[in-house]
Amino acid sequence: MSLSFSALLGRPDIWRGDSLSRAGRSFVYSVVPSGFPALDAALPGGGWPAGVLTEILPAHEGIGELRLLGPALAGISQRGLRLAWIAPPHLPYAPALAAAGIDAAKLLVVRTASHRETLWAAEQALAANACGAVLAWPREAQYAEFRRLQIAAEGGRAPAFLFRLPEAASESSPAALRVALGTSGGGLAVNVFKRRGTPLARPILLPAMPPAVRGKSHVDRHSTAAAAARDFPARLVHA
Amino acid sequence: MAVSAALALAPRLRLAQRDPAAETEALLGLAGWAAQFSPGVALEFPDTVLLEAAGSLRLFGGLSPLLARLRRDLGDMGWSAALAGAPTPRAAFWLALAGSGRFVDSAAELEPTLAPLSVAVLRCEGETLEALAAIGVRTLGELLALPREGLARRFGQRLLDQLDRGLGRLPDPRNFFAPPPRFRAAIELPVEVVQAEALLFAARRLIVQLAGFLAARSGGAQRLVFRLRHRDRPATEVAVGLVAPSRDAEHFTLLARERFAGLSLAGPVREIALEVDDVAPLAGHSLGLLLEPGKPQGDWERLLERLRARLGAEAVRGVAARAEHRPELASAAADPDTRPLRLEFGERPLWLLQNPRPLEEIGARPHHEGPLDLLAGPERIESGWWDGGDVARDYFIARTQHEALVWIYRERGGGGWYLHGLFA
Repeated sequence: MSLSFSALLGRPDIWRGDSLSRAGRSFVYSVVPSGFPALDAALPGGGWPAGVLTEILPAHEGIGELRLLGPALAGISQRGLRLAWIAPPHLPYAPALAAAGIDAAKLLVVRTASHRETLWAAEQALAANACGAVLAWPREAQYAEFRRLQIAAEGGRAPAFLFRLPEAASESSPAALRVALGTSGGGLAVNVFKRRGTPLARPILLPAMPPAVRGKSHVDRHSTAAAAARDFPARLVHA
Repeated sequence: MAVSAALALAPRLRLAQRDPAAETEALLGLAGWAAQFSPGVALEFPDTVLLEAAGSLRLFGGLSPLLARLRRDLGDMGWSAALAGAPTPRAAFWLALAGSGRFVDSAAELEPTLAPLSVAVLRCEGETLEALAAIGVRTLGELLALPREGLARRFGQRLLDQLDRGLGRLPDPRNFFAPPPRFRAAIELPVEVVQAEALLFAARRLIVQLAGFLAARSGGAQRLVFRLRHRDRPATEVAVGLVAPSRDAEHFTLLARERFAGLSLAGPVREIALEVDDVAPLAGHSLGLLLEPGKPQGDWERLLERLRARLGAEAVRGVAARAEHRPELASAAADPDTRPLRLEFGERPLWLLQNPRPLEEIGARPHHEGPLDLLAGPERIESGWWDGGDVARDYFIARTQHEALVWIYRERGGGGWYLHGLFA
């Protein structure tokens, strides 16, 4: 009996190490498209996974971690689903949310007084399965606490995003997807260092910057503040 | 027997005073709870609730499921009860009083089932009972075997009528109990309670009773008020508010647990009462036909209620934009689901700092974790002269050494540089 190699590889009980898991195999979960085609191609299922934890580890606060999620959150809120932000480090600014396409009426901001309250609120939001997405900013927590969040998220239809410090990349975590963010030449470098399937070989470069400064990434670093004020067009807002 | 004799026989006996008013109130509360199972609820004071259950059996899936539910709820409320059933209310009362636990279906079996019961179930006066004992009649069967005219002549027509009603020969109409419009129930605690968590046990009993009351009224409660009575102080009120009316006992218990968890009591509590004044109409919900994979759709309102119960209502808010040029006032905490305004703003950061942070200026450049590069601006905002909070600022978008984008401003009129927001 002759057996061709390709027929052998096509058997369902053989797992290939270079294949990403696709929906329809051993588990089925829905995904939320990220809005960046280059990133979607690298994420299992083609987007942010629902019902599991996704960790985002920006190299510094403010390099673009929320702008990365912007299109996905906008899509979720436009579909009428809620967004729950647990213990964000600063106040979400409504005009910017509107500019990003996120419906502020669907946003719930939960301020907590302690680390335990943050974890509790995140667990409640995930277990309730009433939101379209849950974002949380836990301060450093133990593996067991993240495991509890993972269990709470299971079976739900919302992606869960946890923002952590870049040092946490070396710790183990039960999150199914872990993404480190850095900057490179004015754009965002997305390093998917843990996902279902093989880790990504090299980071994906995304142009994730607000429109006003697009194209100005090569500004002369040595210009003084006064000179800068002179060079750029001034917008006068008067009330 | 006298109290002194009883204490002589059993020195460790604990005595409690009977409180008829409290017993009546408890019975009425139970009737309110029982009204969810049947529209026909009647009371037999001081200790019996009669339920006309034939019409409800199909809804509750048969006699055994209904009995199981009754027993479970009664247990949750802390009552020990004897249940029995018969085709007539009086016979059911006798069977329950005797503790027989029998449920008689047909009138034919009624007489044989009632026969072995003691005549004490008739609850006659003492002399009638003594007279019956004197002639050697101890059970209902023996009583029924006596000739009717003789019974009527010796013990009165009333006794005969009672027997006839029990056997179904005479009609026995009852006044049905109507649930009151407001819910009030109280439990006196056996020991004074100092920790709020220990109140949950009693609170749960009240909640189960409330859930039955609401189900009977087809309504829901949106505000539960627990009143904790102290010895010398005025009562403490603990209110639990809901976003949407509900009658789910589990949900109420969860919310009560969160509320009591952080509560510090002003003094020891002797009694806990639950009051619900407004009962809003609330229909039951039908379940979906198809089973969906994963968890069932959760309830947004319940999540809000649970978060607010533990963290406080102020910690759980939404955001809304306001028509204001001053950036710190253009976004404010609001209730979730506030209708958004369509406003035009310039380029704005996703994070706004609560208080603008002053930046030091080195060599005519602002510094925040290193020198900042100004990328766009200035956007001049001058506003607020009418209410004393006037601002005159030039805003810039700047990039830090780590290539994060920040929103900074310089006070006009020679002020310094400040960091106001982060483009995340």
